[in-house]
Amino acid sequence: MRIDEHPILCFEKRKTVKFVFEDLEMYGYEDEPISAALHAAGIDVLSRSPKHNRARGFFCAIGNCSSCLMEVDGVPNVRVCTERLREGMVVRRQSGRGVIAEPEDRGGHVL
Amino acid sequence: MNCYDVAVVGAGPAGLEAACTAAHYGARVCLIDRQHQIGGQLIKQTHKFFGSREQKAGTRGIHIAQKMAEEAACLPNIDIRLDTTALGFYPDRVLTLDQSGRYCKIKCTALTVCTGAQEKMLMFTNNDLPGVYGAGAVQTLMNVDGVRPGRRVLMVGAGNIGLIVSYQLLQAGVSVAAVVEASPRIGGYAVHASKIRRLGIPILTSHSIKQAYGRERVTGACVWRLDAHWRGISGTEEHIECDTICLAAGLSPLTELLWQAGCKMRYVPELGGHVPLTDLSLETSVGGVFVAGDASGIEEASAAMLTGRIAGLGVARYLGICADYGERFDECSMQIEELRRGPAAQKIIAGIRKLRGETT
Repeated sequence: MRIDEHPILCFEKRKTVKFVFEDLEMYGYEDEPISAALHAAGIDVLSRSPKHNRARGFFCAIGNCSSCLMEVDGVPNVRVCTERLREGMVVRRQSGRGVIAEPEDRGGHVL
Repeated sequence: MNCYDVAVVGAGPAGLEAACTAAHYGARVCLIDRQHQIGGQLIKQTHKFFGSREQKAGTRGIHIAQKMAEEAACLPNIDIRLDTTALGFYPDRVLTLDQSGRYCKIKCTALTVCTGAQEKMLMFTNNDLPGVYGAGAVQTLMNVDGVRPGRRVLMVGAGNIGLIVSYQLLQAGVSVAAVVEASPRIGGYAVHASKIRRLGIPILTSHSIKQAYGRERVTGACVWRLDAHWRGISGTEEHIECDTICLAAGLSPLTELLWQAGCKMRYVPELGGHVPLTDLSLETSVGGVFVAGDASGIEEASAAMLTGRIAGLGVARYLGICADYGERFDECSMQIEELRRGPAAQKIIAGIRKLRGETT
């Protein structure tokens, strides 16, 4: 799904990093949005709706609509359309609304 | 707590202009954006802009973003904070932020809200399936991240965004099944429509999407013809082979921060939804809180730059550091009038009149 050739744009070579999605090892580019790395790998179901268990993908890609919330490194409700990919990240489809960790375990994320 | 003369929320065309204009008068500016890259929607706009030379006509959005970002970075009195979301603005002039996951506060004498807009959702069966994406999201994915949104796209909306994004999809190697437009006429410029028609893509006016097919993701779509009252006509359903449905059915202003700050708001459909009441300098009903760009009413990027400049001047005047306000304001007003001369801008002019209470 990656664009190799484009008449106007030139996509610079970026560093490839390894991450884990639902226990699968995957590769993406460092610093790209997690959703872009997943989409490039053909994964577009990012979560399930809390009430009706409907498949959810991303929608706005600018961190606005909350359609793409996932669990990243144990932290729920992360907007993966703006959260950037790093080596070794563990990304999961979130089920339910997510649990807010104790303050000392929050790892700096605002929930 | 860090103190600034003005905090500008949103570093798109409006915010960049607002920040640079105020900074040129010597204001200490904090420019905030929740993305990690400066430029707002400009960073995904590969097409050349229209209009006059003052509005950077003939230049691609991506290059305008680069130029404006460089200009802002050169001004030492602009503190740029990326990966930062503004959370709330309080009567003691404190703006709370989530800066890369950390909560912090800044103090600012004035605030300029340039938060832009969001895609409008449409009602149709299965509109929540993965594969139904906003046009802005499709642009981000392909033009910023270099990833194709799908293989074959149904575009919903033939305004400028729908037409331009359809062409950009083709440039990215994605096929476009059709463009459907609910109104009887194509809303965007004829030049954009001709470009995609020449490439064999049908533009179906008086048509809309009835439903998306699929269980886990989009596997196709059903479109149908609309009658004079915008209702679907049974028996006109047509199946469209596609794996992606791109919504370009308009935008609505992102105004959460303005609501929270206590600005008086009015619903003006011509401007895309709820917008704040403003005076000519784009100051809202809360003293020292200004607005510019799509957050003040949906228009084009060229208008966002100009309203950004007007708000920047307003802020400088509010701070008492704008000696030539009248002259500069008249200059911007003339340019914006020029920009709003075309038939497409009549809706915006009507909306602004409504907002200002000149008509009902």
